[in-house]
Amino acid sequence: MPLLLAIVIWGVALGLAIPFFTRTWWLPQAISGHARTVDEQFMLTLYGTGLVFVLAQGALGYLVWKYGRRRTEAAVYSHGNNTMEALWTAATGILFIGLAIAGERVWARVYYLGTPEGAIPIELTGQQFAWNVRYPGPDGKFGALDIRQINDSGGNPVGIDSKDPAGKDDITVPTMAVPVHRPVVLILRTKDVTHSFFVPELRLKQDTVPGLEIRIHFTADRTGTFEIACAELCGLGHYKMRSFLEVLEPPEYEKWLRERARQ
Amino acid sequence: MAEMAHSHAAVHVHAAPTGFIRKYIFSLDHKVIGIQYYLLSLVAVFIGMVLSLLMRWHLVWPSAKIPLLGSLFPEGAAGGVMTPELYLSLMTMHGTIMVFFVLTTAPQSGFGNYVLPIQIGAADMAFPTLNMLSFWVTFVGFLVLLAAFFVTGGAPLSGWTGYPPLSALPEAGPGQGTGQTLWIVSLAIFSAASLLGALNFITTILDLRARGMSLLRMPLTCWTWFVTAILGLLAFGVLLAAGALLLMDRVAGTSFFVPGGLVVSDKIIDHSGGSPLLWQHLFWFFGHPEVYIAILPGMGVVSQVLSTFSRKPIFGYKAMVFAVISIGVLGFGVWGHHMFVSGMSPYSAIAFSVLTMAIGVPSAIKTFNWLGTLLGGKIRFTSPMLFAIGFVSLFVTGGLSGIFLGQPAIDLFFQDTYFVVAHFHMIMGVASIFGIFAGTYYWFPKMFGRMMSEPLGKLHFWFTFIGVYSVFGPMHYLGLTAHPRRYSELTGVKYLAQSEPLHLFMTVAAVITVAAQLLFFFNLFWSMRKGPQAPMNPWEATTLEWTVPSPPPHDNFAGAYPVVYRGAYEYSVPGAAKDYLMQSEPDGKG
Repeated sequence: MPLLLAIVIWGVALGLAIPFFTRTWWLPQAISGHARTVDEQFMLTLYGTGLVFVLAQGALGYLVWKYGRRRTEAAVYSHGNNTMEALWTAATGILFIGLAIAGERVWARVYYLGTPEGAIPIELTGQQFAWNVRYPGPDGKFGALDIRQINDSGGNPVGIDSKDPAGKDDITVPTMAVPVHRPVVLILRTKDVTHSFFVPELRLKQDTVPGLEIRIHFTADRTGTFEIACAELCGLGHYKMRSFLEVLEPPEYEKWLRERARQ
Repeated sequence: MAEMAHSHAAVHVHAAPTGFIRKYIFSLDHKVIGIQYYLLSLVAVFIGMVLSLLMRWHLVWPSAKIPLLGSLFPEGAAGGVMTPELYLSLMTMHGTIMVFFVLTTAPQSGFGNYVLPIQIGAADMAFPTLNMLSFWVTFVGFLVLLAAFFVTGGAPLSGWTGYPPLSALPEAGPGQGTGQTLWIVSLAIFSAASLLGALNFITTILDLRARGMSLLRMPLTCWTWFVTAILGLLAFGVLLAAGALLLMDRVAGTSFFVPGGLVVSDKIIDHSGGSPLLWQHLFWFFGHPEVYIAILPGMGVVSQVLSTFSRKPIFGYKAMVFAVISIGVLGFGVWGHHMFVSGMSPYSAIAFSVLTMAIGVPSAIKTFNWLGTLLGGKIRFTSPMLFAIGFVSLFVTGGLSGIFLGQPAIDLFFQDTYFVVAHFHMIMGVASIFGIFAGTYYWFPKMFGRMMSEPLGKLHFWFTFIGVYSVFGPMHYLGLTAHPRRYSELTGVKYLAQSEPLHLFMTVAAVITVAAQLLFFFNLFWSMRKGPQAPMNPWEATTLEWTVPSPPPHDNFAGAYPVVYRGAYEYSVPGAAKDYLMQSEPDGKG
């Protein structure tokens, strides 16, 4: 029994750990500087927790085997060891708080610094069960919104106020495109319940909260097409509420905008 | 050391009841009430497991015709094929039933009620009538929750977390009508019952300890029931308040959680001024202590069992007490880690994150001390011991995934993915359950006067231990691929296709693991009737429950209240006649 139990404990631990080495199911590619710093923090955490995992499960299996085998000596009468308590408490504290402090820097870079100069503003409005992307058009101004003028089938899902001249050149489309290497500021909104904007490759996620306009910024540095998946339970269509982010070279991006402006 | 010379005459001691109704239905006896809570949680866990199997089946075979499903849910599963909305309802009910009626019920109200008074040398809880009331109110709450399945629109689909506006607006989805209202009412009833129970536990521990049973001689199980009760007292009131506000938003025209300007399915919603974030703060202010309520008693059981079957004192008793209290206190400061991407102030994320990482420290202390208890021990591999050892392995795994989630920069990626689902299932859905199994195998002889079958218990352990790693291990990898959670189907988002083999593996593992639980159910009920007679102290353990007959008489000690001379973990004391010294044995004897 002791050996079998030890082998099973080590076995499940090994089984759990192996895919972290083979990376059979792994993080998608990182397409921005921010994404790469998140990955660095992730790997740092993985090494730290991985080490603790191996030591703890290893120790558990070993102790179960060593002290489970039949032997004649009595168990050791000990109420503990204050030195060991102090040591491993300090070690754990240093590891965990250290990781926390290292991670805060990554977080601060996203949220505490202001939006970069010249960031392209794009408004993203979630609804049950679609994403609506709005560009301000050549005038660079978003038209005012009026919920009474919302018309999903009539091509005005966010309710641009027809009386506002700034809204005349706004482009409302179901997918997003951004130029590579340019900062973008997303203005996140929702029409009905809480949704969440999530692009794994950007390592960015932000809930869209009713009543709030939340800004996040990113700078994509690799071209490609990436899925936007809703990441907050929003109703029966939550699983299929998705859109696409296309990161394009600047000329393609201009072309993309022009094609949609015409519609 | 303070001696609790509380006069036993001052305790309301009631005569033994006669008649079936007073003995088994409306009983004031904490032992009967504990078993009632335990049986309630058994029914709940059975339903919860069936729901989870239905969910796992649907994820792999979404168009399958499932037998009986069409007749049970004519709206949600016409022709036996589960709709996405029914999946979400089953998921909501699975979470709600498991968290409240299993994990908050069996470890604290079940085992706590049964064992606590005996372990501290009392005849019963401080308020036996309140205790009976607490159980029956909990039972009514369970019925109200189950009723949500059968009303028009069915059970709610907003998850066990019930975020508004989805949960506040009946227009927002099927099940969001009467079903959601019943869900809120059920939780309000459950909260009220929990508050009553918490008052009972705290008073009992403070007032009814036998002479010589100082707080620092109490078994660690009593410490965890104590801190858990304090957490419950402080947290459930907040859930009750939040539920009341949500109910009012739904039926009384208020807008605590719903802002203006919303349009749902082309309909302008008549609310204004509310904040969805307010619900999240209230819910998680309760919700985080709630998960410590779910795990602390299991930790107490594990400490008890590891010490008993290593024939060694628990390693670092005072550090363990400190850790339990720290977890309780810190547990009130971390709720924002559920809300890093919610839209709350990003500056608060730092505070919540540092506290969250800090709470890993007392958890690590406990883990090291459990390992330290095994070190130098003389281990006996009984069924309770196997589950206690399994708990340690699962707690390490589940706890470590929390280190990723507690950092907001990493949580940006993992929030609302299967990585979170992996984390909380490992910790709650498995470690906590192993605590319940360990407690069952350990105290069954005392509760029913019979022994459970050891071979069946061991078989149950092997299947379950390997099974739960097989079901929940792969969820970590799904999280790495950014697989969102709460998706009814995998057909909407393209990058989920790579996960299909993992989903199939997990579903097969889940079927096998759930089937293996039949071994436990069979062992439990068969042994109640046919198990071999249990002696007073089958495990040669030191705490007070093992000094009374199996099962104990109505007032536990038959009038002969114990006096306590030592701590709860005096095993293998050098020079003693036996390798264990009972707490109530006067000095010098074995």
